[in-house]
Order: sequence, then C-alpha cells, then structure tokens
Amino acid sequence: MKADPKGVLTGTHFMDGDHACCEGALAGGARFAAGYPITPSTEIVERFSSRIPVVGGVFIQMEDELAASITLQGAVWGGAKAFTVTSGPGFSLMMEHIGYAAMTETPCVFVDVQRGGPSTGLPTLPAQGDMMQARWGSHGDYEMIALCPNSPQECFDLTIRAFNLAEQFRTPVMFMMDECVGHMTEKVVIPPAEEIEVTPRRITSRKPGDFQLFEPCADQVPDMVEAGQGYHFHVTGLTHSENGYPSMTVKSQEKLVKRLCSKIRDNFDKISLNEETDLENADVAVVAYGITSRVAMRAIRIVRERGFKVNNRKIRVGMYRLITPWPFPDERIHALAGRIRGFVVPELNLGQMCREVQRAAGGHAVTIPVPHAGGTVHDPETIVAAILEAAK
Amino acid sequence: MPITEIRVAGFGGQGVIMAATVIGKALCIYEQGYSTMTQNFGPEARGGACSAQVILSKEPILYPYVTGTDASIMMSQEAFAKFAGEIKPDGVLLIEQDLVRVSNVKTGVRVYGVPATRLAEQLGKRMMQNIVMVGFFGAVTGFVTAEALKQAVLDSVPPHTREANVKAFEAGYEYGKALLAGETVEAPVPA
Repeated sequence: MKADPKGVLTGTHFMDGDHACCEGALAGGARFAAGYPITPSTEIVERFSSRIPVVGGVFIQMEDELAASITLQGAVWGGAKAFTVTSGPGFSLMMEHIGYAAMTETPCVFVDVQRGGPSTGLPTLPAQGDMMQARWGSHGDYEMIALCPNSPQECFDLTIRAFNLAEQFRTPVMFMMDECVGHMTEKVVIPPAEEIEVTPRRITSRKPGDFQLFEPCADQVPDMVEAGQGYHFHVTGLTHSENGYPSMTVKSQEKLVKRLCSKIRDNFDKISLNEETDLENADVAVVAYGITSRVAMRAIRIVRERGFKVNNRKIRVGMYRLITPWPFPDERIHALAGRIRGFVVPELNLGQMCREVQRAAGGHAVTIPVPHAGGTVHDPETIVAAILEAAK
Repeated sequence: MPITEIRVAGFGGQGVIMAATVIGKALCIYEQGYSTMTQNFGPEARGGACSAQVILSKEPILYPYVTGTDASIMMSQEAFAKFAGEIKPDGVLLIEQDLVRVSNVKTGVRVYGVPATRLAEQLGKRMMQNIVMVGFFGAVTGFVTAEALKQAVLDSVPPHTREANVKAFEAGYEYGKALLAGETVEAPVPA
C-alpha cells in the first residue's frame, strides 16, 4: 500500500540524518514512539514529538529505556506502528525487550545512533561498536534484521524499509546509524506519498476461533491481529505453542525457536540489500557500512589515482557495502573469497563485522581488519595501506 | 574529485550553524550541487566556541569532514586561534574585522575583513551579522552564486524576518564586491 500523505513531508530538504530518520519513520507509518532521549539520537524523537500532534499519533517520553522499549510493543499490539530511539548506553538497557519482541514476533523498529563506548563513552562522537550487540545482545537464539544508512537520504529511505521489513516478517528491526550520519546535514529528497511503498500489518483474514496468533503462513511468518478486533489472544515471552499460550516443552521450544531463526534465514533474499561496486575482477574487496563506507570509497579512489601496482598490474579494488549487515551475506562473501586475494574491513570498532567476513570467507581469502576505537572517522590512508597489504 | 572545504566558526549565538546551513543549502538545493554540513557538536551554548564545516562539490561527497579549508569564516578571536592553521596556502580567510585580530597567517592566504556586526546593527538587528557574513562570503569567494545564497537565506529564516535578512545579505555582498574592486568602503561608525 501507499504511504499516508499526512506523514510525508514531500519536498527537497537540507536535513540531518536524525531528522531524516524521523521523517522516514513518519512516512513509513510510525504513529507511536516511546523514548528516553539520549545524545546523539535525541533530535529524532525531538522532531517526532513536534510533528506527531499534526500528523496524528503519540510520543511518550518514558522514565527509562526499559520502559520505552516495552511500551512501544504495547502500542504495536494496540495496532500502531511504533519505534524507539537510543544510543549505546540505552541500547544496552533495551536488550531484554528486544528479545521479547523477537520471541513474541512484535513488528517494531529500534533506532541506535551509535556513539563511542563502552558505557557512557563519547556521547557526541561517532562509533560503530554496537554491531554485534544488535545481533546477539539479547539472550537465546533468534535471527536479526539490521540496516546501516550512510547518508541522511538513506536515513529517510531505509527507515521506511526498516518498518516494512518489521511488518513483513513480524520481527524487531535494528536501525544502526552512527553519530556522524545522524548529525550530518545533506540534501534529502522526500517523494510524494503515492511513490512510497508501505507494508501494512499482516492482519489475518480468518475469523475469531479459526485463528492462531503464532501459526505460520507459507513464508513461516504468522499473521497478526490487534487488540479490540474481537479476537482473544495471548502474548508471552515464555515459550508458547501456536495458540500463544505457554507451552514449556522441548518440542515447543524447538519448533518455535527454530522458526524464529528460519523465517529470517530462509527469506534472506527478500531482506538482504547490499551494494557491490567494481567487484568484477577485483583483487581486493573493501567491506564497509555506515559512514565508514564513504571514507572507504575515498580510500579506493586514492588507490586508483595513485596507480598502485602489484606484479606490474594496477591493483583492482572494489567495495561491498553492507546495507543490511544482519542477516549477514555469508554466501556472497564466501563466493567473493573464492576469487579475490583479500578483504579489507574498516569499521569504527576494534573488530566486529570483520569476524563475520573472516568466518564467511572460510580461509579462501585473507581478511584484514582496519580497526578504529571511534571518536571520528578513519584516516583514509589507513584503509589505503590495508588495501595494499591485501593485494600482495 | 574537486571539492571546496569551508569552516564557519565563532561564538555560540552568532548564528554560526545558520550561516553554514545557508551556504550548504544554497549549493545543493538551488544550484543542483552536493553539500555536506557537519557541526562540531559539544556542550556549546551562547558564548561558547562553535564551529561548522561545509563541503561543496559537483559530485557526491564521500569524506564528511574538512581536511584543509578553501575558505574560513571566523567570527571570534578564539575561532581564529583554533582554526586558522587549517586554511590551505591558497585559501581565503574571512573575518568579522571588529572581533578578530589577524596574526601569523600562512603566506598566500588572502584575508578579507567586514564589520558584519556593525552593518547588521545599522540594519536594526545585530543578530543578522551571520547573514552579512554569508553575503560577504558570496561576494569574495564566488563559490556559490548570490542568487542561490539569497534563496537559501529566504528559505532558512523566520518568514517575518525575510526582508530584513535579505537586506543584511545584500549589505555584506555589496561590501565584499566594493572591497574586491578596491573601492574605499565606508564602514558604519561603532555605536
């Protein structure tokens, strides 16, 4: 279906990533946000709180992140599209409820504008240190969808996509920004509402009595209802059977948890969105995401401009940009590993996604991390040096 | 890829971020170029140090921060002390001449001063001195056309202040053009 025009600020704007994320949420249909504002994500909910009285919806400033991350799930079961916004310290507090959303298959979006950590760290400066936390932060087994924008325009476009994926797969989606992208102002084009595709909630067409809240459809995702529609339903974080009531047996656990994982894994092609640039015949593939992908592209241009050679042949280097780092593109990285010399993985952490690249490469190509503790972006020369090393 | 790197710096409350926003917006919305604006983000409030960076290009911009500026707009002595060193040898330094005393600038850097605060006061509102600086920047550097800058001013200020801000922009622009032409420029006497 098309976006509700009330939430779409059509036009060409000079806008920062935080504000663009808010506009993406509104265009994507979000009408509820609960938050405990924290730098550098505050501007997202600040804007939401000023826009939502006009658009029609609710923002609640909660007492803490635990409350924010569970309140939004209540709103979802009441029929709203909802999200919360935070940064590292708040993201840590939200982990339990991210697991709850995964277990109860509650479609919602968590925005994390990453700053330097651990703990309070660097409130106003960028990092990408929450990437593994986004994937593994809550306990137990589940699969995760995460997106990483690298510009204010993508903060708008991909926030809509995050909401759409959440609805399509009835799952929490992590929107992993970084302070640099969040506080960077660039041109943002917001199209007319009729050009924006929005995924509606998968409301069942079955009648009460003939419907089970956790009975999967063909795509392994169950349809939903919302409170007040006449269906009796039960939502619990305990292991449950298809009717939603606790069923704490080995059989129920295996059936439910395996499906929570396979509904993401088996639908990988519908979820994954990654960008390949000049990888045909490449010697080296730089794997990057978020703001670091732009710095890495500058490094790639430097390598080309300076005409570096290995064995009397110019080094050919391309980019694999992770737009959806989770689920991780194992097969594609494995295939690339079979025909390149090495991967270079710059990231604003001391080594997170590089481990995934190394794992997926399976020893067929070297993986050279370019770690950075955060606080600013990489010096492109550090990435250039790693590209030369990988091309040897 | 040729890029133009700009720093705007001064006190919080002088409209540093607004000036940077107008310049960035002018190029990417009214001239179909690309611009990236980042602000140094700290506990600044009125009176504290404040700075913003703008990168202008005909192509999409990759690296988000300035590495050496083609133009630096300095509106306080503290800003000058902190950022003068990053100006490229052939760069331009634009100062609020009543607030910045220039010393030890790299050889090759061209320095242009404007009494932006006094010009703004003459037009009735001291707070428009940032828009005077934007006009002056447009005239001296030519990085962005006056028309695009003026459109961006109109688009960025509260509606009831548009007329006054356009006058402030024009005052800075005319001052810059006259200065470049080698004319003796009459600055208003300090109040």
